[in-house]
Amino acid sequence: MRYTKSRAILCLVALVIVTQLLTRITGTSYYLTQLTMSAYYALVVIGLTVLMGYAGQISIGHAGFFAIGGYLSAALTTHNLIPLAGSPLVQFLGRLGVLVRGQDIYGEQLLTVTPWAACLAAILVAALIAFLLGIPVLKLKGHYLAMATLGFGTIIYRIALASDYFGEADGISEVPGFTLLPGVAGLPPLVVNGDFDSRVQNYYIAWGVLIIGMVLLLNLIDSRVGRALRSIHGSEEAAEAAGVDTARCKLQVFVLSAVYAALAGVLLTHYNGGLGPSEASVMKSVRYVALVAVGGMANLWGALVMGAGLTFLSLRGVFGSFDDAVFGAILILVMLFAPDGILSLRLNGLRTCLKRESTDR
Amino acid sequence: MLELERIHKYFGGLHAVNDVSFRVETGSIKAVIGPNGAGKTTLFNLIAGNLAPSSGVIRFVGREIQGMKPHRIAALGMARTFQNIKLFHGMTALESVMVGRHVRSRAGFLAGMLHLPSTWREERQIRDRAMELLELLEIAEFAHVEATSLAFGQQRCVEMARALAMEPRLLLLDEPAAGLNIYETAEVARLITRIRDMGITVLLVEHDMSLVMDISDEIVVLSFGEKIAEDVPRAIQQNPEVIRIYLGEDEEAA
Repeated sequence: MRYTKSRAILCLVALVIVTQLLTRITGTSYYLTQLTMSAYYALVVIGLTVLMGYAGQISIGHAGFFAIGGYLSAALTTHNLIPLAGSPLVQFLGRLGVLVRGQDIYGEQLLTVTPWAACLAAILVAALIAFLLGIPVLKLKGHYLAMATLGFGTIIYRIALASDYFGEADGISEVPGFTLLPGVAGLPPLVVNGDFDSRVQNYYIAWGVLIIGMVLLLNLIDSRVGRALRSIHGSEEAAEAAGVDTARCKLQVFVLSAVYAALAGVLLTHYNGGLGPSEASVMKSVRYVALVAVGGMANLWGALVMGAGLTFLSLRGVFGSFDDAVFGAILILVMLFAPDGILSLRLNGLRTCLKRESTDR
Repeated sequence: MLELERIHKYFGGLHAVNDVSFRVETGSIKAVIGPNGAGKTTLFNLIAGNLAPSSGVIRFVGREIQGMKPHRIAALGMARTFQNIKLFHGMTALESVMVGRHVRSRAGFLAGMLHLPSTWREERQIRDRAMELLELLEIAEFAHVEATSLAFGQQRCVEMARALAMEPRLLLLDEPAAGLNIYETAEVARLITRIRDMGITVLLVEHDMSLVMDISDEIVVLSFGEKIAEDVPRAIQQNPEVIRIYLGEDEEAA
């Protein structure tokens, strides 16, 4: 079990490297931009897979958590605090060292929150909101839970669209780069931004984050808590009888998936240099659900492959203006013909091969 | 071990459990019998925490547990099986039994995600113990088969193994012989006796009279939510009231 897992991860790492080399050789480096974005969206999808596929709790509001992450980090790192420089709160933040001075494109003095502090704040807020929302909402089941999370997503969308602080319909732009690690010992700094020169670096950062996120979730699924989550999906009553605190488990995994979505939101916003309210829209949430379903619900690998693959095609504009329609159609077709995900159709063959191999050993 | 004191349960106007009191002594096998609708399963759900009694006190290992959540009661050392088997869809037999080790292990969310070395040993113990139980119940060969796709009798065994994995002090069995033939029922009877010999107190609800009479130390008879008798099997067999509710009255004689 463990063996095949690390082998699969190594294959993925190799694939990521080979893809980058291929784009270089064939002179198609422009693909890297969409590949980078796909990795961040896939991060949302794998987080949601653990919630939906393994713990069996649906959420049609995860674009909301993505938007909380993206919007908060964007707003904190772009809004100028100089007019408020005298206030005790800003002075306190300054003493904490989470503020940074800079200049905007017109040469104006800027005082903003550092990306690291903004990132942590954004993720903490997303986790807190998920926690507070989860306590009442996760008592609901099936359609009722879907409706409640849909309501949450709609609220976040309307807040993003209506508040001046979040740029209303224009969203927030000119978000600075996010220096993950400063340059040390001759090595260049690791920065998440949309600069042309750091495209390769950003491709690796995005896929690195996705792969780490994937490893953590794969570990979780195989652990004591992971088994408890899956048992809730199987039979909540029996899980309780076996001593699993189902309410607590569901809440924890809800918060975890919200953190994944928020982190993706933060990083993608710094990469794109901004975001708009469409990132918070219900259609985005539905798309995440569709990608989890296409991946096979309780299948992290399927979610990763389909999440990154279909998002890449969508970002390349393959589906044209029918983009959302395509994802809707995919959802219907998957539910009808391959409820275990598209990969299951061929994986069944592969699995029998693997089984034969393991009995040989 | 377990003590019920004047338990009442109403569902709207229905008095499903009416003033029931009894004790289960440590190390014994006690059975609850009664015709359909007598309130046996309701009583089980009250004890296991799936329902809260309308009034009355339930004591388990010295603590009042009425109204406590099922997972907390489970953590105190009470395990149960269900009348209509409840297994986890999508999990193998081995994994299902490993879930039973939940209360006897502690690795948390972060430890699981990081797969810390400190959790390796615990994982191995969980797996080994679960495997031992599958062997005890003679279903080890199905360890890696999805539990819900097993035959009915084997599913029962998986459920039983899951309950035993919790190392409970008290085991509640809800109709363990339902749907089994006489050979399988005899098998279950031997198994229950063995579980008692392992030091686990057993409380069971059962329709099958032969099973109950053979293995129980004491029997409680329920009818329409009321306790009408409580005694050793031999006395219960001769109790006219029990005979009346089970076999019906002779109209002419009455």
